[in-house]
Amino acid sequence: MERAHPIGGRLVTPFTTLLALLSLIALWVLAQRFVHGLGAVTHLNNGYPWGIWVVFDVVVVTGLACGGYVVAFSVYVANRFQYHPLVRPAMLASLLGYGLGGLGAVVDMGRYLNVYNIFLPWQMNFTSVMLEVALCVAIYILVLMVEASPAFLERFKLHRHKRKLERVMFLFIALGLVLPTMHQSSLGTLLVVLGNQIAPLWQSYELMPLLALLSAAIMGFSILLFEGFFSQLGFRRASEAPLLAAFARPLTWLLVVWLVVRFAELTLHGKLGDAFTPGGLAVAFWLETLLFALPLWVLVSPQRRRQAHLLLIAAVAMLLAGTVYRVNAFLIAYLPPAGYQYFPSATELLLTIGLVALKILVFILIVKRFPIISAPART
Amino acid sequence: MNRRDFLKGMAGGAGAVAAGGATTADARPNREPAPEAVAMLFDSTLCVGCKACVTNCKTVNGMPPEALADERLPLWDSAPGLSAKTLNVIQAYTDGSAEVKDREQDGFAFVKRNCMHCVDPGCVSVCPVSAMTKDGNNGIVYHDPDACIGCRYCVFACPYDVPKFDFESSYGTINKCQFCNQRGVERLDHGLLPGCVEACPTGATLFGTREEMLEEARRRLSLTPGSEYAYPRETLDAGLEVTSTVPAYYPTIYGEKEGGGTQVLHLSGVAFDKLGLPILPERSYASRSEGLLGTIYKGMFAPVALFAGMAWFARRNLQRQAETETQRADAHDDRG
Repeated sequence: MERAHPIGGRLVTPFTTLLALLSLIALWVLAQRFVHGLGAVTHLNNGYPWGIWVVFDVVVVTGLACGGYVVAFSVYVANRFQYHPLVRPAMLASLLGYGLGGLGAVVDMGRYLNVYNIFLPWQMNFTSVMLEVALCVAIYILVLMVEASPAFLERFKLHRHKRKLERVMFLFIALGLVLPTMHQSSLGTLLVVLGNQIAPLWQSYELMPLLALLSAAIMGFSILLFEGFFSQLGFRRASEAPLLAAFARPLTWLLVVWLVVRFAELTLHGKLGDAFTPGGLAVAFWLETLLFALPLWVLVSPQRRRQAHLLLIAAVAMLLAGTVYRVNAFLIAYLPPAGYQYFPSATELLLTIGLVALKILVFILIVKRFPIISAPART
Repeated sequence: MNRRDFLKGMAGGAGAVAAGGATTADARPNREPAPEAVAMLFDSTLCVGCKACVTNCKTVNGMPPEALADERLPLWDSAPGLSAKTLNVIQAYTDGSAEVKDREQDGFAFVKRNCMHCVDPGCVSVCPVSAMTKDGNNGIVYHDPDACIGCRYCVFACPYDVPKFDFESSYGTINKCQFCNQRGVERLDHGLLPGCVEACPTGATLFGTREEMLEEARRRLSLTPGSEYAYPRETLDAGLEVTSTVPAYYPTIYGEKEGGGTQVLHLSGVAFDKLGLPILPERSYASRSEGLLGTIYKGMFAPVALFAGMAWFARRNLQRQAETETQRADAHDDRG
């Protein structure tokens, strides 16, 4: 079996310097947010109480961070140990993604000093979908820390601790499969209470959790493909394309189920006509649908899916598909009260970009100094 | 993928779709009204738009005046809608020449907007930290700023767009009408009336139990348009009356059933959606959301079962993998 090694190389590169700069800008925006308040730094308003900090930084980013979830299932449940080299980078990426998602959620809270109330049993409201998401994500971040720890234990030569952990790791793996299933589906359930405030094309009521979970699985597989290619390119590893091409089968299934459920629901509830009513919502719907459908052209063909560049394009399309679906459901399809508009402010965007930059920066730094990546160097 | 698998997938998908909403209604039907639910009856046809209720609400709740967008100093309190500083507001509907009151075409009408104190509130359902609560006895929906984390899910969820977050503050609060009975104001607890009810000169805003208000509303709908009626002011038994001509009411009591029912009921001469009140189904959205969550997580059975299954697979596969590696290592040693 392949052993993981630190990639090595310089920590300070033009790219990491850029990422560090973007992260510092985000920290500056954060300071402004805490000193002056949300209204000073965002374009949030009472017609659009949730903007890109909730919808992108939390809802979309945690979906993109489902690599750990998907790889754990593939390796430890579906018994595909040939994907084991993907586990460490995926767990690290997921930990960073969820950590930053959690940070984004707290930063967005208007009364952040009271956040501890979420963890007080006598304050918990168990009818609240948001409570379930918050608790689940908090516990899952702890689980990811454990699942991502072997590389660190190895590096610091804590071998006895590593062996002890390995004996009970199966419990954390199981948690790392149940918890995302719960909260990723609940991200969809969040919108049910919005009722007719969400346009009919996206208000699927009782099917929201299924659609959300499917999008999470699709995004999870796609981010593994994406990360695989980028570590190949960025860290000059040998190509993992043949390995990754095998993800085409589960992805094909997921995409087909997505399209069937989506269109069956619209048809059975007589809403399909909305998709053909000229307007912004129809455009948003077809963009999202095409992003889910077009990758099938690559994935169903044995020749095309072995071509690295086509597989990468398909992966990017699916990542965008999940992203566009979630942004559509929460923001585009949301029908605000009369007179309210929303477009993120520059500082809102800078914080989002900066947090993503920070995640990528930390990932690169860790991968260079800790045994995360297994693929041998390109010769 | 072969054709049989595809058809199986289709059938499974269709089954999932069809199973949809029906089962969750049994799991969580609409809440029943609180046993001693208090209520307001707002009769748009009696309202003359004087906004005395808006002023008194500000006074009682200690809210500052709010200027129009282009004024630098609040010379006039004239908030166009509910906000973090305005818990009660009067809005106007106009059409065409706006000549005749309470007529839809070429007419005008007034509507009072404040918290509807829903029978099955969305805000209470969604609040993760129980900052929004509904009194089990009188049904008033209260907000506790000490528990509130400012997540604004209540702002997002409320179909009437009532709770408002103060974005201008560096550490904002959520504000909404609490029937002038929140901690520090406590008018009802001291035998007084909400500020808006007390101030209303025409009896447009009436106060009582939900049963009383529904009965009064039904009475008014049964009166003959054009006849005279002694409309009560403040409460049904205050002994204060304003005699007026009965209008042609729109034949529904808004809030009797909408979204599961509300404790602020409306009568009007024009259709309610003209006044900006949303069209809602009888089944509350809170009941749909809670029904779904409850069905999936009933007794936490599904998550625990999933955990057990996943743990079993993970442990078995890890052990098998360890055995495979030991065999490979042994074979390698043997060869070497």
